[in-house]
Amino acid sequence: MKISTLFYTFRQGFKNIWRNKWFSLASVATIAACLFLFGLFFAIVANFSHIVKTAEEGVSIAVFFHDDNDLCEKQGHEHVEGEVPSSQRIEEIGKMIAARSEVSEVKFISDDEAWATFGPNYLGEDYDLGYLENPLKGMNSYEVFLSDVSMQGTLVHWLESIPEVRKINYSEVTASTLSGVNLLIAYISIGIIVVLLAVSVFLISNTVTIGISVRKEEINIMKYIGATDFFVRSPFVLEGIIIGLIGAAIPLAVIYKLYLYAMEFLTEKFTVLSNFLNFLPVEEVFHYLLPISLILGVGIGFLGSFTTVRKHLHV
Amino acid sequence: MSKRKEMQIKKRQEMVEKNGIIYLDNVSKSYSTGSPALNGVTVSIMPGEFVFIVGDSGSGKSTMIRLLLRELTATSGHVYVMGNDLAKLRHGKIPKFRRNLGVVFQDFRLLNDRNVYENVAFAQRIIEKSAKDIRKNVPTILATVGLAGKYKAKTTELSGGEKQRVALARALVNRPSILLADEPTGNLDPKNSWDIMHLLEEINEAGTTVVVVTHNREIVNAMHKRVITMKKGVVVSDQQEGGYIDED
Repeated sequence: MKISTLFYTFRQGFKNIWRNKWFSLASVATIAACLFLFGLFFAIVANFSHIVKTAEEGVSIAVFFHDDNDLCEKQGHEHVEGEVPSSQRIEEIGKMIAARSEVSEVKFISDDEAWATFGPNYLGEDYDLGYLENPLKGMNSYEVFLSDVSMQGTLVHWLESIPEVRKINYSEVTASTLSGVNLLIAYISIGIIVVLLAVSVFLISNTVTIGISVRKEEINIMKYIGATDFFVRSPFVLEGIIIGLIGAAIPLAVIYKLYLYAMEFLTEKFTVLSNFLNFLPVEEVFHYLLPISLILGVGIGFLGSFTTVRKHLHV
Repeated sequence: MSKRKEMQIKKRQEMVEKNGIIYLDNVSKSYSTGSPALNGVTVSIMPGEFVFIVGDSGSGKSTMIRLLLRELTATSGHVYVMGNDLAKLRHGKIPKFRRNLGVVFQDFRLLNDRNVYENVAFAQRIIEKSAKDIRKNVPTILATVGLAGKYKAKTTELSGGEKQRVALARALVNRPSILLADEPTGNLDPKNSWDIMHLLEEINEAGTTVVVVTHNREIVNAMHKRVITMKKGVVVSDQQEGGYIDED
């Protein structure tokens, strides 16, 4: 392709937008409306996911080991038969737990640390009055955090098979609720995104089809004179890409402003919520939304014009 | 140039010398519904000829033009234009083939969002002529059709006769071997019709083969050119220096 032809294509692409300004405006508005809905939904889902993920990260399993009989009696809990692990073995088990794929973090809680946390929480500031030694002595444990809360059952099952493990504290309800919510969000978002995209493609291709059908005559003339498909199609495709780009940029700008405003509003007006609702910063939402929207806008513009022009090229 | 290409060109030249620049060999064209639009038509047009194709509506004239433009393909038989068997012409080769054909329609088919100059220049742009060549060729051809002073005018501001001149200029600017005119005077008054026909005659005298599909009895009878008359998809008469035959 000659450079003059390339410039001609660019000039024609821009001129076409201006010449057919009402069609261009309708196309931009349709793309913008569809991508606005998509963006809005994406931002909401991203925040829901983030909130659930944060909650998931807080879910932990406590793993306790067998201690000797004397200690059990002193501490007043029932002794369970099993191997009493050495500190070396406890360390080894810790490494084994950490190596599991469903585990994100393992924290060793020594008996002293446990008493220092438990005492003030349940007995007040003077918790150690009346105790000559740590009543939780020998109750070393691991606090295990999961990378995927739905795998809690698998991990618990595995932990139970370790002979030195006496007791595992975990909440089945929390884990199943969280993984259920997660799954629900995934299904709903996939469903809504598919519907939104289908509606967008339908609306946009209709707008583009109407716009280009009006110019069917122009395409026919070009073909009769001997223009190649590429020569005829290029300005239309360029026009589609520009319209798609503008159609994506407008809702992105609106959503950006709206998101900032909504965050400010919710944090100011609902301070109670802000304690447990951790919203995603706008940059993080746009880290994905920006490229997705631009690709969708440009892609829809490109494909819409490309396929619609193709219908008229067989002259 | 490769030996294969040289052979192809030689073969096409031999075909043109033997059968004409346009050769329809027992061509039939049927659409999915109704009787055939063309039925066993054999016509040969030699380079440099001026030919009228006449006939009533539905006689197959427009189908013939569409076959020559390779907009349609024949149901049976062969259509040769400039030695090319159009049935064997691939979709990607059609644009290059059409650049050797000038075409003019009854409804002008101009790009109405562009001015006179741009309409004619467009035909040069698609064959990737340089800007310098376009600046030289377009005014020359506009002067030939008598529109030198109107190159900036919008096509919507022109009369029917002027629009047809623009269409002619566009058809001729790439110096085609054949000019196909489908009812070129159909939307024009008698004076403009004659102006256009005189222009077509001049173009023909300069060496271009001209094929005119028309209903205009007066022009056909006055010009004493070859006349091919069609009726219901069949050639009913083919006369050198002929006239319009009444079909009833």
